[in-house]
Amino acid sequence: MTTLEKNPTPTESDLLPLTGPRLPTYAPALVAVAALALGGVLWLVLGSSVALSAFVAAVVFVVALPSWSRAVEGSRSAVDRLVAALVWVALLFAFVPLVSLLWTLLDKGLPALSPEFFTFSMRSVFGDAQGGIYHALVGTVLITLAATLISVPIGIFTAIYLVEYGAGNRVAKTITFLVDVMTGIPSIVAGLFAYALFVLFFGPGVRMGFGGAVALSILMIPVVVRSTEEMLKLVPDELREAAYALGVPKWRTITKVVLPTSMSGIVTGVTLAIARVIGETAPLLIIAGKTDSVNFNLFDERMATLPVFIYYSYTQPGIPAAPGYERAWGAALVLIAIVMILNVLARLIGKAFAPKTGR
Amino acid sequence: MAKSIDVSDLDIYYGDFLAVQGVNMTIRARAVTAFIGPSGCGKSTFLRSLNRMHEVIPGARVEGKVLVDGQSLYEPGVDPVAVRRQIGMVFQRPNPFPTMSIYDNVLAGNRLNSKKLKKSAADDIVEKSLKGANLWNEVKDRLGKPGMGLSGGQQQRLCIARAIAVEPQVLLMDEPCSALDPISTAAIEDLIHDLKSQYTIVIVTHNMQQAARVSDDTGFFNLKGAGQPGHLVEFNPTEKVFANPDNDSTEAYISGRFG
Ligand SMILES: Nc1ncnc2c1ncn2[C@@H]1O[C@H](COP(=O)(O)OP(=O)(O)OP(=O)(O)O)[C@@H](O)[C@H]1O
Ligand SMILES: [Mg+2]
Repeated sequence: MTTLEKNPTPTESDLLPLTGPRLPTYAPALVAVAALALGGVLWLVLGSSVALSAFVAAVVFVVALPSWSRAVEGSRSAVDRLVAALVWVALLFAFVPLVSLLWTLLDKGLPALSPEFFTFSMRSVFGDAQGGIYHALVGTVLITLAATLISVPIGIFTAIYLVEYGAGNRVAKTITFLVDVMTGIPSIVAGLFAYALFVLFFGPGVRMGFGGAVALSILMIPVVVRSTEEMLKLVPDELREAAYALGVPKWRTITKVVLPTSMSGIVTGVTLAIARVIGETAPLLIIAGKTDSVNFNLFDERMATLPVFIYYSYTQPGIPAAPGYERAWGAALVLIAIVMILNVLARLIGKAFAPKTGR
Repeated sequence: MAKSIDVSDLDIYYGDFLAVQGVNMTIRARAVTAFIGPSGCGKSTFLRSLNRMHEVIPGARVEGKVLVDGQSLYEPGVDPVAVRRQIGMVFQRPNPFPTMSIYDNVLAGNRLNSKKLKKSAADDIVEKSLKGANLWNEVKDRLGKPGMGLSGGQQQRLCIARAIAVEPQVLLMDEPCSALDPISTAAIEDLIHDLKSQYTIVIVTHNMQQAARVSDDTGFFNLKGAGQPGHLVEFNPTEKVFANPDNDSTEAYISGRFG
């Protein structure tokens, strides 16, 4: 035990300063609750507006937490807390419109939903007779499907050219530029273009669902090209070289190695592109038109779609107006639900296709 | 049917950058040829020019002649795909196909070229190739699992199995053992010994002992200076290179007195 006694006990200055005073872990939550309580008092007791109360609560939170931290933990931690507080507040404010939108939709749309709402069209529906969105659902599904069938091959082949064959030559650069320009085309212009194109073949006043599909694919192609291009670029060159070194020709390398490796990302990109165009209104208003009856033929006659249905139900609700408004909200809810389902599907499909690394 | 390779006055470029200059050598059939030299002197670049993998990189090109059994590789009519089917390659970094199982990775060369294989024949190829690469015992119970789930060294041996599964006539190996433990390295060296009777083998290595152990001929590459192209300093039978090399810089490099 002599050796132990010889060892002097370490003094305070010998120890590395690894520990320091810290705020308790519940400190941010505590400050947040206090700030919210203050906001609540402003709103409920003093009667200021919701927006002002929320703003005051946010400012109090952003100021109070770093101040407390500065007093206890020092300035470096205070800056850290300040940035964290700002990020949290920004996140909350970003959520407000989203949550409020969903809430409004559910609140106003849910009462409209019923089996008849999905199976009836609007043909000969007057006053508060039961009507439905069947015709618009059919139109939206058919037109979006047609748009997907047009855009996905064009988009994916373009991306394959850009990444696998073009590789920075002048043609590829030009295409990339044009795709970028296409990304910025306003949807109304795409609709006018499709209309002008179809007038050339069918004469003025033409209305058909397929025209809407063409307009939508103009909006969809650049999105598919861009997302597929990014996914293909992520495939390491080593894999391509591994295939070449086995004597595999280029096209087989692309179809059997590059595409399967990037499939999950491509499928996700395509699904998100569909979600992006399914709610387009303006081009469909121009070329697919409006009707109250069911139409299964993409190549003849007007075709109703959900966005256009919503637009007309709200601007021309009929007399009395209440059922029309309710149908508009119901259709909006259905449209949002479809977009959400597509997003979830994109994730699931992406996971299913992702290369497995487990044992 | 192993093949010999004759290289004359080969210059290899990346765009305007001359990476390797003026290489002349004869790689014997049914023998192991090793390349040694400092990092960045162009060993990989030269190796890749032997099966036309070099031109896969945009802007990369080759001037000079490479004759495989008298046939010129860089004639206009030559199909690079056909060349690569006969001259296989193992890369410096393991690169198994992430979408494929271990089994499918070994068969990739056959499957991707859509060769029809009976199940039993396919099983035989897989077992033989994995045994050849000293991987069989570790993976025989999980052939259906993804190839990416293996350790780095196992992945490299999987890539070796994949390369020998198509039975090329020449096998180019770029530092195949740099990620392997001594036991697997010994297994690969044994494999090289076995393959030597049928194939022509070219191996790049940073390991002098390995070059001395496995190879019949050794080529020493070096850089004249920073920014200068790499070149072949000496090409001789391995015993001579390691016992009394022609060139002083070869001796300096081998004995570790370099630079
Ligand atoms: N894709 C490329 N593009 C441009 N230059 C390259 C490329 N690959 C290699 N080089 C250059 O070519 C020269 C030779 O590189 P190489 O990879 O052949 O060296 P190495 O001898 O294999 O080195 P190491 O032993 O480190 O693998 C180097 O100067 C390198 O920078
Ligand atoms: Mg190298």
